[in-house]
Amino acid sequence: MKAPISWLREYVEIALHPEELSDKLTMSGTEVSGLEATGGWENIVVGEVVAIAPHPNADRLTLATVDLGGERLTSVCGAPNVDIGQKVPFAHSGAQLIDPESGELVRLKKEKIRGIASAGMICSERELGISDRHEGIMVLPPDAPSGTPLNEYLGDTTLDLYITPNRPDLLSIIGIAREVAALTGKAINIPDTRYAEAGESIGGKASVEIRDPDLCPRYCATLITDAKVGPSPPWLEQRLLACGMRPINNIVDVTNYVMLEHGQPLHAFDFEKISEKRIIVRRARNESIITLDGMVRDLSSDMLVIADGQRPVAIAGVMGGAGSEVTEATTAVLIESANFNPASIRRTSIKFKLGSEASLRFEKGLSAELPLQALRRATQMMAELSGGKIARGIIDVYPGKREVKPISLTTKQVARILGIKIAREKVAKVLGSLGFQCERVSPGELSVAVPYWRTDVRLAEDLVEEIARIIGYDDLPTTLPSGALPRYKPDPMRALIEKVSNILVGCGMQEVITYSLTSLAMLRKVTPQPAALKVANPITTEQECLRTTLRPGLLQTLSANEKHENNSIRLFEVGKVYLPREGDLPEERHMLSGVLCGTRLDQSWHGDSERLDFFDAKGVLETLMERLGVAPRFEPSEDKTFSPGSRATIVVGGESVGTLGELHPRVAERCDISSRPVYLFEIDLERLLPATMAPLKYRPIPKFPITLRDIAVVVNEEIPSKRVQDIIEGSPLVSRVTLFDFYTGKQVPEGKKSLAFRVLYQSPSRTLTDEEVNRAQQEIVSRLSRELGATLRQ
Amino acid sequence: MLEKLAEIKSKAIDELSSLSDLRELEAWRVRYLGKKSELTQILRGLASLPLEERKAVSASANELKAFFETSHRENKESLKERAYQEMEAATVGRQITLPTGIPSAETFGIPDVTLPGRPIPLGRLHPTTQMLCRICDIFVALGFQVVEGPEVEWDYYNFEALNIPPDHPARDMFATFWIETESGQRPMLLRTHTSPMQIRVMERTQPPVRVVVPGKVYRYEATDATHESMFYQIEGLAVDEHTTFSDLKGTLYEFAKRLFGEERRVRFRCDYFPFVEPGVEMAIDCMACGGSGCRLCSGTGWIEILGAGMVHPDVLRRVNYDPEVYTGFAFGLGLERIPMLLYGIDDIRLFYSNDLRFLRQF
Ligand SMILES: [Zn+2]
Repeated sequence: MKAPISWLREYVEIALHPEELSDKLTMSGTEVSGLEATGGWENIVVGEVVAIAPHPNADRLTLATVDLGGERLTSVCGAPNVDIGQKVPFAHSGAQLIDPESGELVRLKKEKIRGIASAGMICSERELGISDRHEGIMVLPPDAPSGTPLNEYLGDTTLDLYITPNRPDLLSIIGIAREVAALTGKAINIPDTRYAEAGESIGGKASVEIRDPDLCPRYCATLITDAKVGPSPPWLEQRLLACGMRPINNIVDVTNYVMLEHGQPLHAFDFEKISEKRIIVRRARNESIITLDGMVRDLSSDMLVIADGQRPVAIAGVMGGAGSEVTEATTAVLIESANFNPASIRRTSIKFKLGSEASLRFEKGLSAELPLQALRRATQMMAELSGGKIARGIIDVYPGKREVKPISLTTKQVARILGIKIAREKVAKVLGSLGFQCERVSPGELSVAVPYWRTDVRLAEDLVEEIARIIGYDDLPTTLPSGALPRYKPDPMRALIEKVSNILVGCGMQEVITYSLTSLAMLRKVTPQPAALKVANPITTEQECLRTTLRPGLLQTLSANEKHENNSIRLFEVGKVYLPREGDLPEERHMLSGVLCGTRLDQSWHGDSERLDFFDAKGVLETLMERLGVAPRFEPSEDKTFSPGSRATIVVGGESVGTLGELHPRVAERCDISSRPVYLFEIDLERLLPATMAPLKYRPIPKFPITLRDIAVVVNEEIPSKRVQDIIEGSPLVSRVTLFDFYTGKQVPEGKKSLAFRVLYQSPSRTLTDEEVNRAQQEIVSRLSRELGATLRQ
Repeated sequence: MLEKLAEIKSKAIDELSSLSDLRELEAWRVRYLGKKSELTQILRGLASLPLEERKAVSASANELKAFFETSHRENKESLKERAYQEMEAATVGRQITLPTGIPSAETFGIPDVTLPGRPIPLGRLHPTTQMLCRICDIFVALGFQVVEGPEVEWDYYNFEALNIPPDHPARDMFATFWIETESGQRPMLLRTHTSPMQIRVMERTQPPVRVVVPGKVYRYEATDATHESMFYQIEGLAVDEHTTFSDLKGTLYEFAKRLFGEERRVRFRCDYFPFVEPGVEMAIDCMACGGSGCRLCSGTGWIEILGAGMVHPDVLRRVNYDPEVYTGFAFGLGLERIPMLLYGIDDIRLFYSNDLRFLRQF
């Protein structure tokens, strides 16, 4: 909403500088997002054209003599509309004007035009930077005082305001003036709307019927006859332009002007085109209308229309119909000022993608008390500007009239919410400045009548906000909550996520956060079961459904980064996947996933730049599990996302909690990943969580000496080394086993592999003798031989 | 025998003075104090000597042994010291082989200290995670608990329970991704803010309540440098019998000072959100211009940080909290804006496109 300060001044005295004024408005809830100054003119004054003579050397030019409040100067003028008696902006030489062709600022020089010296120039709006108009000179109102600098007369600052949706009353100059009055302690001045009526009563000429009062609580109308449609006077056009509206003609301009002034949208019908001279406010049937913008609109029964005896003539509160539009030929105008159901207006305007100035106001809920006042103002102005006659009386159909009860407000309530006691008198004074009528009920209680335009105020809390914002939030105290702390509820999943993230960062992994929305095509590439929740209104197909796995985001991140990373990429994400559930919100499951590829260490002069392998990825997971106090098993898996032979299921407590493997080259290729090999892991944190919750228990540091022995065995290739290790660890005297060598090749028979373990013997309670250790070692070897067919390696 | 001892002593002293390193000293020690040294032989043979002689020789031999031990110790110290000094005197880059016996690496010195160290893979938390932790920590210190909630929500929690019924113009503030559902099912959406958790938390707990809710939110919006379709918010909610607007101000003031620094000024102005009354917007003075106005603050000198307000009585009623007994405040802030302001990041899309050259800066 744009509000020129000069216009606001008609209703309230403004002594503040525009900056201070906008600060006050912003702080109290009406954000001023910009200040736009018009003016800054120098050497330009108001003048009156007192004589016109033809230019002796050019047919199209005239010599205009302009009175500048005593001094008279003659200038050469090319405008067709120059006329004696006009008040005009006159630029002396030296003035800066906008070149209408180039748009640049140029200084006006003394010069001869076709042989005649021109003492200055009468300016167009474009030359002054007021608007784009350049068909003729700008004509000022007749009362413009000659000789006054134009800056003093026309210079202005326009406030650009962001109006929150709860305050449709502020989509009006009077509404903003009311705020200014309350904020500055000044009185508000509402324009007089009295006018003289003539001729027949409107009742005999037109009728209004509301068929659907739920959608139209009130409909008022007046009628003007013998009107002459033409351009509006300059001052009116100026104001519309300053507020960002295009002047059309004196009838339409008045409806817009009064809407800007009062906040009530109005509509003017060419009365001659209203069939049967009846206005029927009803739901649309299966019909259509051509709107003012020339579009054919198909209407449906949930929409409200203004119809005449035959057909719809307007979409109520949204846009008028072309068939009843006011034109140059119009002589009789029916002015509509009505109140409509905000939800219905909003639905209709959304359906037609038609956000008009009218619908933007109606959808926010205007007061049903507003139409009459605005209608009187419009009728008065329109009759005056068009020279028309006003039919006697006003049609006012008001089925939706409601009594508004006053709100009870106690100073205790104010203190309870704001945390500070404010005296009743002060409360009454602040509310009074905003137009609320306060009546004292008891020493601490007020009965507050809400002014009709404040449709947003319904509760005592609303009044408290009014008090707080006018006093100023910054003037209220600043304290910390004093009450008891709520009972602490632990959140183990959150704690686990934090721990997991920190451990992985310590393992050299970079955290990423990727989009929850992905494409079905991407899901299909990386997971066998792509059943996912779909977005009904996706912006792009890349974001058409909710991910059911973290794989898409990680692999896309890898693909996007591998072009500029020449060492390694190690990424992880902890995030939710969204698993559809019948008739319910999806299950949002916390998952962890990671990818690794590239070299083990960054390239350096130290030399080690081998490629990462399966065991680097597994090492990260083992470190993670170790830190979480979980002992996982890795079992071969059949997950087709991974290359055969390089894939494992991660098992904790007998349950699969995740998977790890080398990304199948086919999958990598589909995901536009050129790095090989890529390792990916995925852990279901919900399944892992219980295993991490075991309470931590300290074990004493062993006091007795250790004995180290090696065991090197040859077993069949298909026997997992973990089985060998488990058997060794099964010996009660063994406290730790480390595999330090793994070999297949010429030194061992075909189909066999050699495994060498360092075994640490230690008892928590005594020093072991050599014989005990030998015996234990012998038992292990014979168990390995018996159960796994292992032979000792020589 | 005593002469023999005197002879050994003078020979040993002679040799001692010409020793040049620890290895020679060790050889000297073996020669004069070792198992096969003459002195050791004499000491072992004491028993076979007559008593008188035995006394005299024993005294002299033990004295000599003590002397040798002292000499060895002293010479060892001085030889070590000489080696260390040699090392100090050496120029950078020259490798020196130290005499054996010095408890250290065999060689000192490296070719060039400016050579890069051995690389260690380096991981970092995403800047969003880092900022979430920082902000949550501040509120935790103020007695708030961190809770999380669903990102896929019912229309009811995202809108209706927050005083935004269908056809409410405030829905324009929240462009929404809707989820495809079976016909007749309740409307499901991607939450447009973390505020639905206000309702969920109050539904399942009795006052006092003091929580912060971090999480992803979604907007049906074309993306550009300042708009993302997915971003993070942190919601806050405090409800109790005596929670006031002043408490709201104090809590957020404390938060702003702890996050942005003691020197920042904090401003509270009236703003509108359907689910609070009174409504608040908190801003800090612009860190780029200090309040005089610049591009970052669009000339206003102030930077909006968050929206807040006292929980609307209709919202309280909806979760069966008696608004005559309980009052509360709530706030919500967009997370990415904060690192953007603090670190001068000019495009929000950098956060979730995960370019490693971006992520590695935090
Ligand atoms: Zn600034």
